[in-house]
Amino acid sequence: MALADKDRIFTNLYGYQPWNLPAARARGDWDNTKALIERGRDTIIQEMKDSGLRGRGGAGFPTGMKWSFMPKESRDGRPSFLVINADESEPGSCKDREILRHDPHKLIEGALVAGFAMGARAAYIYVRGEYIREAETLFAAVAEAYAAGLIGRNACGSGYDFDVFVHRGAGAYICGEETAMIESLEGKKGQPRLKPPFPAGAGLYGCPTTVNNVESIAVAPTILRRGPAWFASFGRDNNKGTKLFQISGHVEKPCVVEEEMSIPFKDLIERHCGGIRGGWDNLLAVIPGGSSVPLVPAAQIMDAPMDFDGLRAVGSGLGTAAVIVMDKSTDIVRAIARLSYFYKHESCGQCTPCREGTGWMWRVMERLRTGDAAIEEIDMLQQVTKQVEGHTICALGDAAAWPIQGLIRHFRPEIERRIHENAALREAAE
Amino acid sequence: MADRHPEPDSPALRARWGQFAWTGDNAARAQDIIARYPAGRQRSAVMPLLDLAQRQVGAEEQTQGWLPLPVMEFVARELAMPVIRVLEVATFYTMYNLAPIGRFHVQICGTTPCMLRGSDDIMAACKAKGLKKGHTTPDGLFTLTEVECMGNCASAPMVQINDDNYEDLTADSMTHILDELAAGRQPKTGTQAPGRHTVEPLGGPTTLVAMVSENHDYRGEW
Repeated sequence: MALADKDRIFTNLYGYQPWNLPAARARGDWDNTKALIERGRDTIIQEMKDSGLRGRGGAGFPTGMKWSFMPKESRDGRPSFLVINADESEPGSCKDREILRHDPHKLIEGALVAGFAMGARAAYIYVRGEYIREAETLFAAVAEAYAAGLIGRNACGSGYDFDVFVHRGAGAYICGEETAMIESLEGKKGQPRLKPPFPAGAGLYGCPTTVNNVESIAVAPTILRRGPAWFASFGRDNNKGTKLFQISGHVEKPCVVEEEMSIPFKDLIERHCGGIRGGWDNLLAVIPGGSSVPLVPAAQIMDAPMDFDGLRAVGSGLGTAAVIVMDKSTDIVRAIARLSYFYKHESCGQCTPCREGTGWMWRVMERLRTGDAAIEEIDMLQQVTKQVEGHTICALGDAAAWPIQGLIRHFRPEIERRIHENAALREAAE
Repeated sequence: MADRHPEPDSPALRARWGQFAWTGDNAARAQDIIARYPAGRQRSAVMPLLDLAQRQVGAEEQTQGWLPLPVMEFVARELAMPVIRVLEVATFYTMYNLAPIGRFHVQICGTTPCMLRGSDDIMAACKAKGLKKGHTTPDGLFTLTEVECMGNCASAPMVQINDDNYEDLTADSMTHILDELAAGRQPKTGTQAPGRHTVEPLGGPTTLVAMVSENHDYRGEW
């Protein structure tokens, strides 16, 4: 059964209507937000837990539980902060952009509700630097909200003081990692911190901090208005709710669309993307959750439920639900080698296995692409990915390793074919 | 890591930029920016101030702007932080240009989602117009860079030129955009696919159709 339009949260997803405050209010945003706040911190957090919402930034940690880690009250006078991760840079991901430019008031209202629930003094929204026009819209929307008394002192007449600030990045994928984002907000290079201490104990300016994805925050007011049971009525157990899917690559009609969690891959593509370019027999493989997750061959993805558990069962992950579709015309080794270049480019340089390993893996991938390699090097590359994975402060090393492991797992014959073909050509030339 | 190097210091550089200071408007903007952060945490403003400084340099030079060393030193003084900490930030984040640049910075996304949709053709169209990766055209008009994923994957391939995105490109539309910019005209930004609004499926949305013609309120149907 398809998700009904009335159950979609991001009704202005495509920007057919204005993003501004009067239009957002007419769609239901900022509707008696004071009443939501009057439910109290504990009730809000409990309702978020009951809704089953898992973080939409990739890791899928339960949002309500994350909020509950924040200190109930400040014993030492330190304020708490909410940091909203709008540093959307994962190849394939393009959902937060639509929220920022077409529905920014959902995000700002969510920031207030979430900030109140965790006792935060202010929210910083960290927008990736390349989202220049999107940040302009967000700045203007925040100004509207201040002017209307919705945020700032006595926000929405609730008696709670809460500020929202926008901070623009300047082109570094790594700042999407929560502690790198905090470093960057403090005016430093975006290099991840060792944990512990976790941000909920000592984050921005050494104060308790929670970092949440844009989508996780922006859905909160609607969940509270319609009730946790409504949100939990979509998707399978442990994978509840609605989700913005972003489908790119070789489908007839790439798009961003809000759908029910756990929708089977084939339904998602048939319903919204006009099918695979050249028909279903032409499907080669899919990267279902953004560049960091391993690819899944056509036969296995076809009926897979698009959710956290369903994609883990096929050796991949939901990530940000950025679905990159590749048909049989794809040079699959090049497609993954290009991702290896991405990780080489974006490594922050702090941990040696990642700084050196990403460059090494990319150079070997480039030789595998042309077949200018020895068969043993496939296993050597596999081993190197294992030496990078799990040996770095943050997950960028893992993210660089997994796509290569997925390629070797599923397309080893193709890599070997290129090596043999290249060897035969060279032999003939001699 | 991205390999990046600042433009070397020189007497000519000092002579040109040593007296850099905010314009009146930018001085006010800088104060607004610093006020976003807690007292004593003004260092947090280094990224937005570098962006502001780059834009001011660009406005003076009629380019996208870049960050000469004396300008970075100015930002360091404004925020009472060591110059090396500013240099670290400027070299770490790729949107800060460390060397002079053209009027239009053509940044083609070449990451896999754009590659699958034909970013090679877009690169070729730029090459045919005389643009070369990592270089500025002799007339100073265009600098071409291949960049990593810009987050426009559902409307790929795409290019960002200064502050605007051009999406759903073909070789023809890319050529047209370059021609228009060279002629001093502003081409249509956003998607270049006829009939497409933003990131809905081409040909019209499969969901939320009521939103196309009116600001529909779905609450009555809850």
